[in-house]
Amino acid sequence: MPVPGPSISLRELSRDYGTVRAVDSVSLEIPAGALVALVGLSGSGKSTLLKMINRLVEPTSGTIRIGDEAVDSIDAHVLRRRIGYVFQNIGLFPHMTIARNIAIGLELAGEMTGRDERIAQLLDLVELPQEMASRMPDQLSGGQQQRIGVARALATRPGLMLMDEPFGALDPVTRDNLTEQYKALHQKLGLTTIIVTHDMAEALYLADRILVMEGGQIKADATPAQLLSGNVGEEAEALVAIPRAQAAHLIALGKQA
Amino acid sequence: MTEAWKQAFARVPELLAAHVQISVSALVLAMLICLPLAIWASRAPKVATFTLAIASLIQTIPGLALLALFYPLLLGLSALIGGGISAFGFLPALLALTLYALLPILRNAVTGLAGVDPAVAEAADGLGMTQSQKLYLVEAPLAAPTIMAGIRTAAVWTIGAATLSTTVGQPSLGDLIFAGLQTQNWTLVLTGCLFSALLAISVDLLLGLIEMGIRKRRKILVWTGMAVIAAGLLVATLPLMIARDNVVVIGAKGFSEQYILARLIGSRLEEAGYTVRYRDGLGSAVVYQALSEGDIDVYVEYSGTIWTNQMERTDSQPKAAMLQTIAQWTSSNHGVKMLGELGFENTYAFAIRPTDAREKTLKTLDDLARVSSDFNFGTDVEFLERPEWQMVQDAYPIRFKDARSFSPTFMYPALASGEVDVISAFSSDGRIAANNFVVLEDPRGAVPSYEAIMLLAPDRSSDDKFVAALNPLIGAITVEVMREANYMVDRKDDKKTSRQAARWLNEKLRE
Repeated sequence: MPVPGPSISLRELSRDYGTVRAVDSVSLEIPAGALVALVGLSGSGKSTLLKMINRLVEPTSGTIRIGDEAVDSIDAHVLRRRIGYVFQNIGLFPHMTIARNIAIGLELAGEMTGRDERIAQLLDLVELPQEMASRMPDQLSGGQQQRIGVARALATRPGLMLMDEPFGALDPVTRDNLTEQYKALHQKLGLTTIIVTHDMAEALYLADRILVMEGGQIKADATPAQLLSGNVGEEAEALVAIPRAQAAHLIALGKQA
Repeated sequence: MTEAWKQAFARVPELLAAHVQISVSALVLAMLICLPLAIWASRAPKVATFTLAIASLIQTIPGLALLALFYPLLLGLSALIGGGISAFGFLPALLALTLYALLPILRNAVTGLAGVDPAVAEAADGLGMTQSQKLYLVEAPLAAPTIMAGIRTAAVWTIGAATLSTTVGQPSLGDLIFAGLQTQNWTLVLTGCLFSALLAISVDLLLGLIEMGIRKRRKILVWTGMAVIAAGLLVATLPLMIARDNVVVIGAKGFSEQYILARLIGSRLEEAGYTVRYRDGLGSAVVYQALSEGDIDVYVEYSGTIWTNQMERTDSQPKAAMLQTIAQWTSSNHGVKMLGELGFENTYAFAIRPTDAREKTLKTLDDLARVSSDFNFGTDVEFLERPEWQMVQDAYPIRFKDARSFSPTFMYPALASGEVDVISAFSSDGRIAANNFVVLEDPRGAVPSYEAIMLLAPDRSSDDKFVAALNPLIGAITVEVMREANYMVDRKDDKKTSRQAARWLNEKLRE
């Protein structure tokens, strides 16, 4: 059984951009091993909230603790090496082979031994063939590239994964595949994962807890089942209504056929 | 291959070496300045705007002007810190060329670093790279092809502009071009152009190879390019590495007589066992300064130039008294020894066509003043700014219809063809007699005497062997002989090189 990921605690966390308050005094406890989805419309503050955890964005006020450590007590680059980070635009290094892209975290940490084995292991983990290792990023499809993005984030065995719309730019089939596979990985590796998405259907499928954000605040905090049963606020209901209506439409179509 | 080509090619290795040396130094210095600046600029947009504006501004200054600017600048700086900085040769050329190379390198480096995909930069941060790891592992490799393209542009510019460094006394392939232009020796001009173009093209190709290697991530191309450049650098600079003790540097201004006399002096010094190098095409202002600083060892000056330019005198003295005053002044002010006068004068002489002289009965400058409002004046590039022109205007009421500047080479044909009606000729120039031009008399003695005098650098003044080798030239050269030697180089048919003319002159003196 792998060591479970850390718990996360946010206290009155705020971030201002000029006069705009992107994140507004958010307090939150995320237990170890949770898979939490942050859902909201564009500009609701969900990405800003996520990026404050690995200090890509510095909070205006408030504190963040990972386990029992405050994130600002550690050098930003040291902190980030302990956290897996996957985002929509992937950002593979175009001048490095896939193998070096995957192992870059190990290279930064100065881990010299066992790199090749680890690369092979990670390619297996994200279900890509071994011969990918020697290719360059531009020879891979978008879905393959994001699999590498996930493998790269997992290379240093982080307990915490932060994912910012990780599968948002992929085609629906690939996206569905990856979502499912990531869910399995999360459980297998005992990670704590926070995933930002604007797609409620994805969140409902993937997460064991869903946070609905609007105007920099968390308007709903519920399990998928609770969300679907209603009574968790109108913001959440508005987002849930979309997949619900789609599903109803599909069922109706099926009955006609 | 003819004698002229052989002589031109013989000078190439040493000049090419100097050319490569100055170009590479300027390029490396520019890179050392630009790359850190570009990194800083990529982190601070204001710095980028500011530095690029400065670099662009420098680029608008013509290369020749930039070189010329550094001469007084360095002189002033040297005076400020109590001497020790040479305003002559390598240093001003290096600084000017470096400034010239800044813009393409800086612009491309800033563009390259700014052009790194934001997603890649975010990934680098997200993975926990420090700023320097990000630069070294991600930004630099991704910006490298663009940076390399900038270095390539700068290299081609620098190699081209380095030909101009001749004018501040830094040897380069420009020596051949400038000397050839002055003496209408097209073989020299072509040789200089050919080799500087070849150098620029090969460097461009090699740097292009490296750039492509970086872009396509083909290390073999990068290493091949670098190896060939390194080998080329080694071969090109080999002539400079051969140590030479006691090398004498002979200075010459930019006209035939000066080239010939420099070679005459050179041949006498070589006979005495010295190794000789030439710095040709120096401006009047630069050359005396260079001598007093010891950057050159000996050159031929004209008494009136020292009198008006260096001593800033506007009065006239009898010839003998004037020479004595000059000898005392150079010695006590700069430790420069006036070895003596060569025996001929090369003064500014107003020359006209024989037909005008006859039909308009022009004999003196007074006569010229009478008709000057109908006359177009042709001069060399500096005469109109020289004090002698002021002195002439003060003494005679001359007001020309128009005045145009020529390089000496083109001034005489301009008078012959009627393009201008009077020129400020040089009295020892063979083309006056060859064209039957009439030289007007100066009854009021407005133009000071321009005796050719030999000046020695402070260090050479006490070098007895040196003085003994050159002493026989004092008082030995008549104006007729000098004119003939000059004409050999300046005429169109059966042209001789300045070295050949110097050889002829040398034999003539030994008869």
